[in-house]
Amino acid sequence: MKATAAGSESSLTRDLHAEPMQIQMGPSHPSTHGTLKITLQLDGERIVDSDVEVGYLHRGFEKECESGEYYQAIPYTDRLNYASPMINNVGYCLAVEKLFGVTVPLRAQYMRTIACELSRMSDHFTCLGAGALELAALTPFLYCVQAREHMYDLHEALCGARVTTNYVRIGGMQSDLPPGFADLCRQKVAAALALFADVDALLTKNPIFRDRMEGTGKLPAETLIGYGVTGPLLRAAGVPLDVRRAQPYLVYDRLDFDVPVGTAGDNYDRYLVRVEELRQSARIIEQALRDLPDGAVDVDDPRLRLPPKGRVFNRMEELIDQFKLVTEGIRPPAGEVYQAVEGANGELGFYLVSNGTGSPWKCRCRSPSFSNTQALRDMIRGALLADVVPTFDMINMIGGECDR
Amino acid sequence: MSAGQDLTQESAAAEHPLLERLREHFATAVVATHAHRDDLTVQVAPASILEICTFLRDDPDCAFDFLMDVTAVDYIGSVPRFEVIYHLYSLRKNHRLRVKARVAEEDLRIASVTPVWAGANWLERETYDMYGVHFEGHPDLRRIYLYEEFQGHPLRKDYPKEKRQPLVRGRDVGQGAARRAEEREREGYGRWQ
Repeated sequence: MKATAAGSESSLTRDLHAEPMQIQMGPSHPSTHGTLKITLQLDGERIVDSDVEVGYLHRGFEKECESGEYYQAIPYTDRLNYASPMINNVGYCLAVEKLFGVTVPLRAQYMRTIACELSRMSDHFTCLGAGALELAALTPFLYCVQAREHMYDLHEALCGARVTTNYVRIGGMQSDLPPGFADLCRQKVAAALALFADVDALLTKNPIFRDRMEGTGKLPAETLIGYGVTGPLLRAAGVPLDVRRAQPYLVYDRLDFDVPVGTAGDNYDRYLVRVEELRQSARIIEQALRDLPDGAVDVDDPRLRLPPKGRVFNRMEELIDQFKLVTEGIRPPAGEVYQAVEGANGELGFYLVSNGTGSPWKCRCRSPSFSNTQALRDMIRGALLADVVPTFDMINMIGGECDR
Repeated sequence: MSAGQDLTQESAAAEHPLLERLREHFATAVVATHAHRDDLTVQVAPASILEICTFLRDDPDCAFDFLMDVTAVDYIGSVPRFEVIYHLYSLRKNHRLRVKARVAEEDLRIASVTPVWAGANWLERETYDMYGVHFEGHPDLRRIYLYEEFQGHPLRKDYPKEKRQPLVRGRDVGQGAARRAEEREREGYGRWQ
């Protein structure tokens, strides 16, 4: 076949006519730490458009909660964001306590704050480590996993479990702090931060890492707000929204911490925001350990917590309370509440409707990953195929929380 | 199974300025307000949801720039049966509002708020998936978690938790998959389900 060169345009310089290519990334792609499918329309290496499909980890969280008692939902909340289970425990229990209109004792509030910040650190270690791994930097991942192990050790000291914690109770905690926890906590947090200092040295000024991160996945703050994106993604775009600061819960209004914000709103700023949040979490934990008051951990309310055994065996009232709690579960008064906490990836909210029975009529989880992942399509439109990886890393979609 | 109580009856005398302002501005569309546990709540007529949401976003005293959540509640046994719930947050004013609209089972439709907040897209798809509420004017209303062939809407109270779904034939996703399915059939494994 003869080459046909028309006019000045030779067959070598003319663009090849090509249809956009459709490729599928996921549902289980080695460079994404989250289960979702992205169907990409590619023009060469440029992404023309994409369709993001979630739901691979949908387990019917709400249906399960609505068919069980209030207590039985707490272990399910562990499995929403399994990288930061304590924050989910706390968010759910705060919502049920709001239905009752009770506040837990100050000691429990401090303990919950410590647990939340430990979980936030473990979540950020996961995100940063896995993010680096998926850009082919293996060493930082190993350091981050080791740092996360320290967090898991502390989870284990608190409640006996490393991942599925089930630590927080409605109206209190599973147990008081173990002896010597403050020292162990200081030591482990310092060890984790020391490990992370190496990650910081390996990544933050690394030109290869920065080439992949800087300027990619960028969206203006208004678009992010329109999508309901919260957490480090929004703060990296310069919006200092943090539920801990905007509408404080637990004891965050008594603690001194900064809300880091970025300027560019690209993946690199999202990385930097998370790095700084690690340090702020460590600051919060140190202050909470210092200020931790003595006293009871559980509320003294027979509607919520089992009475002490000594009284159950000797008094009629407490015996009835115990019997009713065990057989019927707790029964919040009818009403509806929405309680938001700052999850590791943004606003985590629980919307509960009670009709006065022992099971929630409605138990809804507003998950930050769901709203954040929705913005992925806009973040990668027009970008290169390779930019999907760092962008999706920094969204840090947790399948269990996104799909519920 | 007992029906959910109509919670909008309680604390009718909600005196918050934001709720008062909405009652003044939408005298007919605002059905009820309450502030149970300090959660400001306004129940509106479903026909005016788009108008009210646009106002809530654009009015400087409301300035609800965030749509945090959309969901529904099935109050089976009461009329209208379903309630669509919107949770709003304002960055500038740092306040929250819950907007609710009751929709009947026979006419399960409400206007989509995607023109107001782009983030309503997935949230409304999820509500459609779980409750079967049709959001009119939604650009892409299809199931989000479940598959197309799924029968029913699982978060409705009359959907049993243990209900099983009929098996679905394998979808034709390309020649490779079709060939593998044929091979399996030849080898006696039966069709891909």
